[in-house]
Amino acid sequence: MNMQSIGRPTRPQTASTDVSAEHAQGLLQTEPLIFELGGWDKTGVDLPEPERGAADDLGDLIRAAPIALPGLSEPETLRHYVRLSQKNHAIDLALYPLGSCTMKHNPRLNEKMARLPGFGDIHPLQPQSTVQGALELMDGVAHWLKTLTGMPAVALPPKAGAHGELCGLLAIRAAHEARGDARKRVLTPTSAHGTNPATAAFVGYEVTEIAQGPDGRVDLEDLAAKLGPDVAALMLTNPNTCGLFERDVLEIARLTHQAGAYFYCDGANFNAIVGKVRPGDLGVDAMHINLHKTFSTPHGGGGPGAGPVVLSEALAPFAPQPWVVKDEDGWRLEEHARGEAERGFGRLSAFHGQMGMFVRAYAYMLSHGSDGLRQVAEDAVLNANYIKARLGDLMSPAFPDGPCMHEALFSDAWLEGTGVTTLDFAKSMIDEGFHPMTMYFPLVVHGAMLIEPTETESKAELDRFCDAVRGLAEAALGAGSDVAALERFKVAPIKAPLRRLDETLAARKPRLKWSAPS
Amino acid sequence: MRFTKDHEWIELNGDIATVGITAYAAEQLGDVVFVETPEVGKVVKAGQSLAVVESVKAASDIYAPIDGEVVETQAALSDHPETVNEDPESAAWFAKLRIADPAQIDSLMDRDAYEAFLDTL
Repeated sequence: MNMQSIGRPTRPQTASTDVSAEHAQGLLQTEPLIFELGGWDKTGVDLPEPERGAADDLGDLIRAAPIALPGLSEPETLRHYVRLSQKNHAIDLALYPLGSCTMKHNPRLNEKMARLPGFGDIHPLQPQSTVQGALELMDGVAHWLKTLTGMPAVALPPKAGAHGELCGLLAIRAAHEARGDARKRVLTPTSAHGTNPATAAFVGYEVTEIAQGPDGRVDLEDLAAKLGPDVAALMLTNPNTCGLFERDVLEIARLTHQAGAYFYCDGANFNAIVGKVRPGDLGVDAMHINLHKTFSTPHGGGGPGAGPVVLSEALAPFAPQPWVVKDEDGWRLEEHARGEAERGFGRLSAFHGQMGMFVRAYAYMLSHGSDGLRQVAEDAVLNANYIKARLGDLMSPAFPDGPCMHEALFSDAWLEGTGVTTLDFAKSMIDEGFHPMTMYFPLVVHGAMLIEPTETESKAELDRFCDAVRGLAEAALGAGSDVAALERFKVAPIKAPLRRLDETLAARKPRLKWSAPS
Repeated sequence: MRFTKDHEWIELNGDIATVGITAYAAEQLGDVVFVETPEVGKVVKAGQSLAVVESVKAASDIYAPIDGEVVETQAALSDHPETVNEDPESAAWFAKLRIADPAQIDSLMDRDAYEAFLDTL
């Protein structure tokens, strides 16, 4: 019997990119696109000729072409994705010192808890009487977040840090509008995460930058000068993106409140102060907490994020629905704003937030306890200072005076005259088996290299990392006019499945969909 | 040619002003990999965003040095962003503006003043 192509997978196409399987060597396999693998005749069924009249009944709905999907057997499919998964760096492979991103270990206990059927196999539309445990867990997460931050309310729905910023600014806008005082501007420091001004602009505010002093912290005079009756909020990260605690935070909060503005704290770096400092005591009105940073849920491709927002007394009435309440019938989600909350901005998303992340974060909170969480912050800061101390003689710390918080920041001053750039140096770290540090951020430091080891690395692993970076740094500083010695930096990475990529072009003109080569 | 503290250059010819970024800016940015030029007809005030350049290090706005209306842009820059590094102060102009008030240019720095300004950075 002849096989039909109608209703079967697409015929595999020859490689349309410059990656082809014939370059595979040893364990450095190159991997074609899934549409270039398998065959059209491996899966699918041939249906008998339709009965007379059936074709007429189907009209133009009858399939007349392949199904435009790849046709791979189960082992082919599995191997394709396992090979792909081996082509990238991961926290499960080695240290991942991406500053400001807090790539810490994801404890497997969290995963085990998230897979319990009562958490893993439930649906948001299930009757609430059948998910009482899950609702109680959400309330538990809310309780811990409020306790650790010293804030009276929390909105659990936001799906990530930037979504949390949106939630916070919408609450701030609602609070201003509720008192008939709509405002126009949001202030962010020059070292802010790019999401801060982006969120403010998205909500409709004009963004004004405030300067940073030579000590890497907010310039109070500039802040005071730029605050005014049209300022809705200040958005500040603390510890900031230079890895420094904003020492003047109480004065910053006082000045902000005096101008009638709210103090939004970007909580991306909460992992450096959790258990040590309560943002509520610093005068913060709203702060998102990246559960995928401070509370160790998977990060970046490993699962959805979650960015609950804690709110001050002033902003609590403007929290989005829903939230968890308990009454005589048990736990339930409060879906409708009543009373004062009717002035809020309503709803941020369809449901209540990322349940799987709540379970993982709660497992992390309970397994660490309050003393354990305090040690998380202490060890994160200790590890970053160890790196700063071990590399500080070769590389140039951006702020050499005093200790840093959870991340060590270097400028490229030490590379001047070597011909090696921050980009070259970062790429060469891939050849040493490490993920590069964050580079060229924050923008206020020239050629910035931002290293965040996190608390989950042992001293032995930190030493292995520092030894590798020192080796590279010595090679860069010693290269002189030796072109060959410089070459390893210029062509790095060489021990990677793909070499130096045009990342900006990929971001600006992404090709996200396969199309048959014409 | 006049210069801004944000490292744009502007050259006036009649009521048409050509705008680009300085060699210093191009060098600081590193390899420019993306350029976004404005729409013809866009009306800008001094200090407003006119174009975008992105390098391997950062994305940056290019601001209008003075008020004007965009009458011509160099779309070829989008296909050849490396021009910004190769010839920033001539071939790699971003836009031409029809300007209303030529006197505005007097408040900008001349070459000597700009170079003195660079020495302070």
